Amino acid sequence: MKSSQPPFPSSHLDSTSDTDSDDHEHGPRLTVTQEDQLKVESQVAEIYRCLVGIPLHRQSVALELWRDKHIEYLTKGLNQLGHTFQVLDANRPWLCYWILHSFAVLGEEVDSELESRVVDFLSRCQDKEGGYAGGPGQMPHLATTYAAVNTLVNLGTQKALSSINREGIYKFLLEMKDSSGAFRMHHAGEVDARSCYCAISVASLLKIIDDDLVRGIGDYIASCQTYEGGIGGEPHSEAHGGYTFCGLASMILIDEVEKLDMASLIGWVASRQGIELGFQGRANKLVDGCYSFWQGAALVLAQKLLPLAEKVSEEQSSIHAIRDYSDIGIEFMRRGNQTGLLFHHLALQQYIILCSQILEGGFRDKPGKFRDYYHTCYCLSGLSLCQYSMRDGDLKPSPSDILGPYSNLLEPVHPLYNVVLDKFFLANEFFSKNSF
Amino acid sequence: MPSSSYSSDEEVEELPYVPFSQRPEWSDVRPVPQDDGPHPVVPIAYTEEFRDVMDYFRAVYVARELSPRALCLTTEALKRNPGNYTIWHFRRLVIEALNSDLIEEKLFVDKLAEGNFKNYQIWHHKRWLAEKLGPEASEDEHDFTRLMLCRDAKNYHAWSHRQWVLQKLGGWEKELDFCNELLKEDIFNNSAWNQRYFVITKSPLLGGLSAMRDSEVDYTINAILQNPNNESPWRYLQGLYKGTPDSFIIDERVPRICLQVLKEYSFCTFAWNLLLDVLCKGLKPTKEIEEAVKGLTESDESGSSDHNLVTRICSALERMDPIRVNYWSWRKSNVSINC
Repeated sequence: MKSSQPPFPSSHLDSTSDTDSDDHEHGPRLTVTQEDQLKVESQVAEIYRCLVGIPLHRQSVALELWRDKHIEYLTKGLNQLGHTFQVLDANRPWLCYWILHSFAVLGEEVDSELESRVVDFLSRCQDKEGGYAGGPGQMPHLATTYAAVNTLVNLGTQKALSSINREGIYKFLLEMKDSSGAFRMHHAGEVDARSCYCAISVASLLKIIDDDLVRGIGDYIASCQTYEGGIGGEPHSEAHGGYTFCGLASMILIDEVEKLDMASLIGWVASRQGIELGFQGRANKLVDGCYSFWQGAALVLAQKLLPLAEKVSEEQSSIHAIRDYSDIGIEFMRRGNQTGLLFHHLALQQYIILCSQILEGGFRDKPGKFRDYYHTCYCLSGLSLCQYSMRDGDLKPSPSDILGPYSNLLEPVHPLYNVVLDKFFLANEFFSKNSF
Repeated sequence: MPSSSYSSDEEVEELPYVPFSQRPEWSDVRPVPQDDGPHPVVPIAYTEEFRDVMDYFRAVYVARELSPRALCLTTEALKRNPGNYTIWHFRRLVIEALNSDLIEEKLFVDKLAEGNFKNYQIWHHKRWLAEKLGPEASEDEHDFTRLMLCRDAKNYHAWSHRQWVLQKLGGWEKELDFCNELLKEDIFNNSAWNQRYFVITKSPLLGGLSAMRDSEVDYTINAILQNPNNESPWRYLQGLYKGTPDSFIIDERVPRICLQVLKEYSFCTFAWNLLLDVLCKGLKPTKEIEEAVKGLTESDESGSSDHNLVTRICSALERMDPIRVNYWSWRKSNVSINC
């Protein structure tokens, strides 16, 4: 089976590591960056070398997604978390999102009892004035509002969607708007590209986005793009995969992509996929499975934008300017890819499945690290993006775009919001019908 | 996105824990349990201590009790979960109401930051505090971030804090030396390169990018020669010409360093990338560049007949950088429009 053949055997990794160490013999010593990098490269190479030893017809099994194990791990967390999770006590809607989004991407149905429990719990996190807090009785926060709304959209039922107080969220978002145009995470809280994305994504999904919310964001995000091409958390901060996704997705949702230098942004993100086959978050940092989504999604978004990146003409940007913000998310999905891939989707799948996937269920940052729900969510999201990155229209992906058995196929996600696509359409319809 | 790293469960208290119900000074307060509902999802098996502290925190929070004992309570709660932004926010309200000693507060937050250096809330609190303390705090803050960067030279929060302190409170005098020091320690440290760019472009003492460009180009070329297989200085070099494409094209040092490196390491994709960019931006290739590129890509079976240098380089990159084959082919397809 052609599709099960790994695109990069381990010899590719070995040879580079060897050349590197040859080079270094002339130098005084290895720096911390080089030492850490070589350690990870050898761990990854060891894993890929095992695969090369397996006969081709069995490789498909080695590249299998262990769905049942993942469901087991996710279900466990949904029902009980140990006391070590106390440090995430102000992130409980995030825990809901990481777990339930993973369920949704895996195509796992949520029964009505579980759905009721989720809706009930998140309602207890919802502030009576608007916005969702990190847990019952806490202050509303933009990031946990994003996590709660995405969780409820992924459930997709009337009950889940109608539990969201859109009017309250709109008021909360306006209150969080800073004089710079960006958003504060909470009352008197921090401002960065992440908070902007959380606000804009929520406003767009719920169709409450308007000029008052949008004003000033485009200039703020543009000022976060660095000389490297990627976007940092704040102006002058280092280019970073998480913030690059947040910044680019926000710019698309407010229709101001032309304020970014897309050619240099794409060049920077494309350079983050490394010899380990996964993505790193910043230049000269280590590979991490979660960037499969953050960096991968940035390139998947860019694929649909390419005419903009290629030539920014005045007439083009003015055509975009007349659009209603609340339809951008749905129009974006109707748009086909403007070009081929900008990253190596099979190589990335190989890293996710072989290096991030854990036999006992769940995903991790890299070999040697422990699994967690955050990495499980973003590794699965990244894997889904890879599988659908070549898709045209509503057709099923071709087996040649799926690494491992075709049964690895996940549900598609909307790359601007990271909710599953069919539930996005349901929510879009629901919120179009129900004005707030 | 939220940090996934669970801070190590360090020893919270040396003294044996006394439940609040047994503390006389709290006898008037009725604890407020968490309203999780009958069948919550993602329930956390709180320890008795954690639950106890949080029940009393909720009580003072709901009552908006801005008192000395409430301040002590937030200390206990934050030691157990420094990621709880509500507690931090409430603590700031208490400090402002009581006009508490800010130096003491600094000692508290700095100690907590040492074990939790990837926590958004702590760094936000540090900014709030430094802003109140004013310019005299700048040296202390710089010492603190220096210490944190000694342990993890790429800590994103520490770098952001350092930049914020420089812009708000000053302390620019020794910042370029600091960058030099870190880059000497690890020339691959991209965060230090980013800081260098920040200093060069924003320091009120250095005259800005146009004044610094010339000497920075020399510094960067020297770093490239130390180890050409290091992406950071290559990106930095191009960054030095940001916003002034003309200066990029006319500086002969740019194509020269590319060719110099490529003659020794013909597979250095960073050098190829920079050469490609400068050609795309409008550099008219000299005979020397043309011959060098043709010579270096000649051994390739395909593409050698291509007379366009730019597409020739893209083809070479497609072969030598297989993970980015799609990216380079996209670059090639855009040559006529904008590469």
